[in-house]
Amino acid sequence: MLRLALRRLLLTVPTVLAAATLVFLLIHLVPGDPVEIMLGESARAVDKEVLRHSLGLDRPLARQYGAFLGGLAVGDAGRSLVTGEPVATLLTQRIPATAELTLSALAVALVVALPLGLLAAARPGTWVDRGSVGFALLGVSIPSFWLGPLLIILFAIELGWLPVSGRGTPSHLVLPALTLGLGMAAILTRMTRASVLECMGDDYIRTARAKGVSRWHILGRHALVNALPPVVTIIGLQFGALLAGTVITETIFAWPGLGRLTIDAINQRDYPVLQGCILVIAVGFVLASACTDLVNAWLDPRTRRTGP
Amino acid sequence: MRLGRSKRVELGFALLACLTVLAAGAAWLAPYDPTRQELAAALSAPAPNHPMGQDTLGRDILSRVIYGTRVSLAVGLTTVIISLAIGGTVGAVAGYAGGWVDDLLMRAVDALLAFPGLLLAIALTGVLGPSLHNVILALCLIGWTGYARLTRGEVRRLREREFVEAAQALGAPGRRILLHHLVPLLGAPLLVQATFGMAGAIVAEASLSFLGLGTQPPTPSWGAMLNDGRPFVLIAPHLTIFPGLAIMVTILGLNFLGDGLRDRFDVRPPIDLWR
Repeated sequence: MLRLALRRLLLTVPTVLAAATLVFLLIHLVPGDPVEIMLGESARAVDKEVLRHSLGLDRPLARQYGAFLGGLAVGDAGRSLVTGEPVATLLTQRIPATAELTLSALAVALVVALPLGLLAAARPGTWVDRGSVGFALLGVSIPSFWLGPLLIILFAIELGWLPVSGRGTPSHLVLPALTLGLGMAAILTRMTRASVLECMGDDYIRTARAKGVSRWHILGRHALVNALPPVVTIIGLQFGALLAGTVITETIFAWPGLGRLTIDAINQRDYPVLQGCILVIAVGFVLASACTDLVNAWLDPRTRRTGP
Repeated sequence: MRLGRSKRVELGFALLACLTVLAAGAAWLAPYDPTRQELAAALSAPAPNHPMGQDTLGRDILSRVIYGTRVSLAVGLTTVIISLAIGGTVGAVAGYAGGWVDDLLMRAVDALLAFPGLLLAIALTGVLGPSLHNVILALCLIGWTGYARLTRGEVRRLREREFVEAAQALGAPGRRILLHHLVPLLGAPLLVQATFGMAGAIVAEASLSFLGLGTQPPTPSWGAMLNDGRPFVLIAPHLTIFPGLAIMVTILGLNFLGDGLRDRFDVRPPIDLWR
């Protein structure tokens, strides 16, 4: 398992490198002169030259690329054009908030989806099943940028149970986590239901039933465990959406994480910070994919033979 | 069961047909000019002459929701058509050619898939500048990868079939086999993917407009309307409720259609790049 983990981590290196290359190219996509866009047309020529030099934009592209990768290797992602602080410092300040939000949203998705999907598969055709299918369909159709304000209207304004925005107490986390997690919960509910239903037709389930094992024991101990690998795969794929969704959720709830930093960087044309945010989120996605492969290998030993 | 599946397709199709009529006939169906301001009536609640109320500048929300259908459907359709054309071509070439061509093209796809789709769209529109044109460009730059993967997989599966071998034995050139024998068989999975792709593109456009990176004022867009209404959610929730409802109904319609078509054609779940 350790060898597998090392091999899977090694496989993330080319992907991270590709992500870093795309992030590097991002600043070169700026139409016109990026320095002029950052400082404005009225900036003094000397200031433009200083910025151009500090960003390394006066060097050949290949050298810029080498310097960019070399900087990343030692944790140097440049400095913010607005505050002058190192980008790495800004990112490390914001990562905990985003990690807290993303993991809480994932927890919401799992807590809702696994029991609901399992119940739906246990009672196919009943109201529970129809309800779960309806929830899944509705959940993927309600965008987070609408769900968030609706939850604010209901729970913060009408009922006054929870704070409208900000971060600090656990109650601040509830609405952002629900906003970010319910869409994923809908997808996972559907996947869990389909996966468990597929397992229910397998021989080992029939054998367990013939031996008189209780229905709930079969569902919880046999069907769910075997139905989990495709669900874990979907979690890995959807984790990227969860990370990207933080940009919207953090904007709605004024959550001081990477997503909000991304939007602030775009609005302030602080491209080094934008590059840093995008890269950190992409690396988070790549690592999450690797983790789900390893969880799958742990859940299903058959996949270890061929590797993830 | 068969009837149920048909009903889903019909329901989805009916919802989309209604939206298309709204988009095409917006000029006749909208009760007011969507840009007409009535500052004295700003933030007015729904009333008989303004069933969805008025926004921050006193513009009629119903009219803006109706006109917003145009932006959403136009972005959804344009993105799907361009992404499908690029991704389908790349995937078909990669799948049929195999070898280094396949490796090269698929590595490019993998590199783009290393990013969550929406995040890359946010970064691209953030760098290129906020405009509808750049939104479509960003969504196409990311969206083609899903079609490329799907087409490549299908072509690789199909090229092992006997009818392809027969065509090769008869001396048919590769391009002819690809265009005349393989591409016609890709219709069903690509149609399902395109349906979900359109839903994804509409949500992505609305997300970008919500963040201020998409459609710019005064053009009515559902996402931008939600963004406009955000600071007033405490005092004028109708600014938020109606554009969101429009997005939900549209996505629900496309999901109904996609689900129904998928069941009918019995194809694998599509690759969702936006969520």
